[in-house]
Amino acid sequence: MAGLLLRAGSWRKPSVLPGFGLALGFTVTYLSLIVLIPLAALVAGAAGLGWEGFLAVATGPRVVAAFKVSFGTAFVAACLNAVFGLVVAWVLVRYDFPGRRVVDALVDLPFALPTAVAGIALTALYAPNGWIGALLEPMGITVAFTPLGIIVALTFVGLPFVVRTVEPVLQDLEAEQEEAAAVLGAGRTRTFLRVILPAILPALLTGFALAFARAVGEYGSVIFIAGNLPMVSEIVPLLIVIRLEQYDYAGATAIAALMLAASFALLLVINLLQSWMRSRHGH
Amino acid sequence: MAIDAFAPDTAAAAPRVALSEPRVVRLVLIAVALGFLVLFLVVPLVVVFSEALAGGVATYLASLTEPDALAAIRLTLLTAAIAVPLNLVFGVAAAWCIARFEFVGKSVLTTLIDLPFSVSPVISGLVYVLLFGLHGWLGPWLQAHDVKIIFAVPGIVLATIFVTFPFVARELIPLMQEQGSEEEEAAIVLGASGWQTFRRVTLPKIKWGLLYGVLLCNARAMGEFGAVSVVSGHIRGETNTMPLHVEILYNEYNMVAAFAVASLLALLALVTLVAKALLEWRYADELAATRRH
Repeated sequence: MAGLLLRAGSWRKPSVLPGFGLALGFTVTYLSLIVLIPLAALVAGAAGLGWEGFLAVATGPRVVAAFKVSFGTAFVAACLNAVFGLVVAWVLVRYDFPGRRVVDALVDLPFALPTAVAGIALTALYAPNGWIGALLEPMGITVAFTPLGIIVALTFVGLPFVVRTVEPVLQDLEAEQEEAAAVLGAGRTRTFLRVILPAILPALLTGFALAFARAVGEYGSVIFIAGNLPMVSEIVPLLIVIRLEQYDYAGATAIAALMLAASFALLLVINLLQSWMRSRHGH
Repeated sequence: MAIDAFAPDTAAAAPRVALSEPRVVRLVLIAVALGFLVLFLVVPLVVVFSEALAGGVATYLASLTEPDALAAIRLTLLTAAIAVPLNLVFGVAAAWCIARFEFVGKSVLTTLIDLPFSVSPVISGLVYVLLFGLHGWLGPWLQAHDVKIIFAVPGIVLATIFVTFPFVARELIPLMQEQGSEEEEAAIVLGASGWQTFRRVTLPKIKWGLLYGVLLCNARAMGEFGAVSVVSGHIRGETNTMPLHVEILYNEYNMVAAFAVASLLALLALVTLVAKALLEWRYADELAATRRH
C-alpha cells in the first residue's frame, strides 16, 4: 500500500476521490484529437515547405500588405476599446443611473451575436445609403468598403474585453488610497492619474491585449464591410481563405502558420499580463 | 456592486465629496459611455430587425420558411445538438481532473484547453481541411473508403466542436476549484460510489455553472461563421448553416431574406444574454467568482 502511494505520488498527490484516470484519459484523448493533432498537422505542413518555400510565401507583397492591414486595424480598434471600454467600466461601477443593469448585460452582446450578423448589420449602417453612412458621406468620410470599416467591425467584436477585465478591478479598489490622496490635497484628476490609473493599468493592458488578439484573427464581421481590396483592405484570415479556394494549400498553410505564431506570442503576452494583474490584485 | 460605497449621491458626509467627480463630469462620462454603446451595440441590433421587416411580415415569414432556409436551420440545430453535449462531457471530465486532483502538468493542460480561443476561426477550419481534405494527410484514404468529412456535415461539426471547445471547461474549472473537494471526499469515505458522489454531491453544486457554460457554448456553436465557412463548401440546402445562409443571401443582394435569417440569430443572442444575466443575478453564489457582478 505504501509503495503504491509513493509511486502514485511521484506525479500526483494521492486522493480518496475516484475517476482520475478515466477523466484525465478522456480529457487528454479528446484534446489531442480535436485540437492538438489538427494544429500539429498545420505546423508539420508549414515545416514541410522548407525555409525557402516558407519565406517566398511570407514575404510576398500581398501577404505583407494583409498583415499590415490586419495588425494596423486591430491595433487602432483595441486602442478605441481601451479608451471607451475604460469609460464604460468606470460608469458601470461608480455611477448609478436608470437601466444600469440592462446596459451591463448588453456589453456582452458581441460575444453572443454571430459575427456574420454583426458584419451585415454594420455594413448596412455604414454603407453610403445607410443610416450612419448617409450622415458621414457629406463630410467626405467613407467607412464601408475601406480600412475604416474594418476598424468599426473590430471595435464591435473587441468591445467586451476591456470592460470585463477592468470592471472587477475597479470594484475591488480600496477607497482608502483615494481618500488619502484627497485629504493630502490632490484634485480629482490628479487622484485618477496618480492613484487609480496605475492600479488598474495591468487590467487595462490585459483587456487591450485580449481585444487586439481577438481582432487580429476576426473574419466574419470584417469581410462584409471591408471591401476586400487586395493590398488595401484585405485581412490575413481572408487571404488564407482565398488561397484555400485556389487550392494553393502551401500558401494557405504558410500564412496560417505565421498567424498561429503571432497568436501564440500574443497568448504568452496575455498570460504574463494576467500574472502581473494577479500579483497586484489577487485575481 | 461597490456602487453604494462610492455613489456620491448616497454619501452624506461632506469630506466624501472629494472622492467623486463634479456632477457635470459624471453626466458627460455617462453620456459618452451610453453614446458609445448605443452606436456600436444598439443601432446595429435595431438595423437587423428593421431590415428584416422592411418588406412586411408576410415576406419576413416567407423568407424563413423557404426550403433552403429551413435546411440551414435544421443543420444549425443538428450541429449544435452534437457539438454542445460532446463539449459538455469534456468540460465536466476536464474540470473533474483539474479541480479535484493535484498532478504534474496541470497548468500546461489548463493552458492547452484554452488554446482554441486564441486561434483565428479561419485557422480552426483550415486545420481540418489539411487533415481530411482531398489533398490532406488522410484525404486519399478517406476517398478510397468513400468517407466525406470536408464539404460535408462531419467537417462542419468538427470545426464547431473546435471553436466551442473551452466554453464549459473554463466555467467549471474555477468554480470547482473554489468549492474544494471536502464534500466529495466525505461522500466517498461514507461509502458512496464514484458515480453516486458525482450525481448527488457534485452535480447539484455545479449545475448553474454548467448551464452558464452550455449557454455560451450553444450561442457560439449556432453562430460560428469563419471556421464553418472554410470546411462547408457552401452547398445550398445541404452544407449551409444559418450564418452561411445569411452570407449567400446577402451576396445575392437578397437583403430582406438575409436579414430575416440574421434576425433569428440575433434573437438567439438576445435570449442568451437575458438567460446569462438572470443566472448572474439569481445564482451568483453558484457561479465562478469572475461571473459575480
